[in-house]
Amino acid sequence: MSTETTPAVEKKESLFSKKNRKLLTDPLDDSNPITVQVLGICSALAITVQVQQAVIMSLAVLFVMIGGNVIVSLMRNIIPDRIRIIVQLVVIASLVIIVDEVLKAYSPDISEKLSVFVGLIITNCIIMGRLEAFALGNKPGPSMLDAVGNAMGYAWILLAVALVREVFGSGAISFPGVGQVKFLPEGWFYANGGFYENNNLMILPPMALITVGVIIWIQRARNRSLIEEN
Amino acid sequence: MAFNKNSNGYTFIFAIVMVVMVGAILASLSLSLKPMQKANQAEKKMMNILGAIGVPSERGAVEPVFAEYVTERISIDSEGRQVNTMGGSVDPTNAEDPFNIDVKKDYRSKAPASELSFPLFACQKDGQDLYVVPVVGKGLWGPIWGYVALESDMETIYGAVFDHKTETPGLGAEIKEGFFQAPFKGKKINKVAPHFAVVKGGAPTTDYSVDGITGGTITSKGVGEMVDRTMGIYLKYFQSAPKAQK
Repeated sequence: MSTETTPAVEKKESLFSKKNRKLLTDPLDDSNPITVQVLGICSALAITVQVQQAVIMSLAVLFVMIGGNVIVSLMRNIIPDRIRIIVQLVVIASLVIIVDEVLKAYSPDISEKLSVFVGLIITNCIIMGRLEAFALGNKPGPSMLDAVGNAMGYAWILLAVALVREVFGSGAISFPGVGQVKFLPEGWFYANGGFYENNNLMILPPMALITVGVIIWIQRARNRSLIEEN
Repeated sequence: MAFNKNSNGYTFIFAIVMVVMVGAILASLSLSLKPMQKANQAEKKMMNILGAIGVPSERGAVEPVFAEYVTERISIDSEGRQVNTMGGSVDPTNAEDPFNIDVKKDYRSKAPASELSFPLFACQKDGQDLYVVPVVGKGLWGPIWGYVALESDMETIYGAVFDHKTETPGLGAEIKEGFFQAPFKGKKINKVAPHFAVVKGGAPTTDYSVDGITGGTITSKGVGEMVDRTMGIYLKYFQSAPKAQK
């Protein structure tokens, strides 16, 4: 879990002050939950076969994250210290169940695809990590920004990985309502007498890990401050 | 702060109030969404039955397609006697309607088979009589289920769809993919001594067995077991059914 905690805001401060804006932008790069803190890897591997699924998962995490951070932040002064982890868990679990139930009622197809992973949100360490490290010590406003920032940091990695995997694994991207959009002419595919074959390895979980690894590599090559001194 | 938020009493009260509140919120949400979820499940069931006879359908427009192809909904008892039969549109509130028999629940229940009834869906496609049998069984991690369609000889498999709850992605979960389901077509259920199996990859398959998934042995075996066990019950009906004579 992250060790970074921002001290409670003392005097009244604009919601979008420089410090607060940093809450939004930091998790995108310098303290990205996946590539720097290496949290939430499990769902990043499991849910990135299709861009569509990654988008849904990101939205669900965004919702649970904002809800969890704001609720815990509102309750931060009344939560007994000794059961704070349990309280956080209850908040997250309830929000996740709400997401799950609503999806089951309004979007059963998506709910089926996400069935296992919706439950995995509860154990997504990014969410617990932010509640413990940030929301417990900060006001709801900054907590919300922190949640949005971290969810976005999570989302863009998920999307990047999903994009790579779906394009090379399936040779197409499927959009809801539109179906699959192929990038290459049908005749190029090996099955139709062409030379191109989709890489099935991309669909399998190991390639997600490798793709995340490549993203970390690129990120560190560009952002020298992330490199540990040894 | 006026009160000591770390005292035992406060901690207990906080926990109790929290649990009651969360419980109330979740229970009311679950109750209010239940009808929609039930409707979605019924729709999914219709889609699966249609999938077994190879008729594509889409959410939101399933019922008319279902009514067009599925001519009769039959329930039989464990001795193969017909208990009930219904045509026309599905009534989700009528417990007598064979469509509403929850085979998954029956599979889990400890009641003896003689107290249960088993649904069968008679369909017509391109002038051919087809029979769809729901099957339920155990995978590696949780329940697996499916629908197997038989041709009018009540012996040859016309098509099959399978699904699962929590099988391993890439291994056992592949039972819901077309490449696993396609070989079922044309296979036979054995009318004399029912045995139908999903065998290990590479092993020679007969009329009564299908190639399994490498790395998904337990799930594959579960599929074989559930098809074999369920067909054992329906065979009694098929052998006595008037249409089976031809």
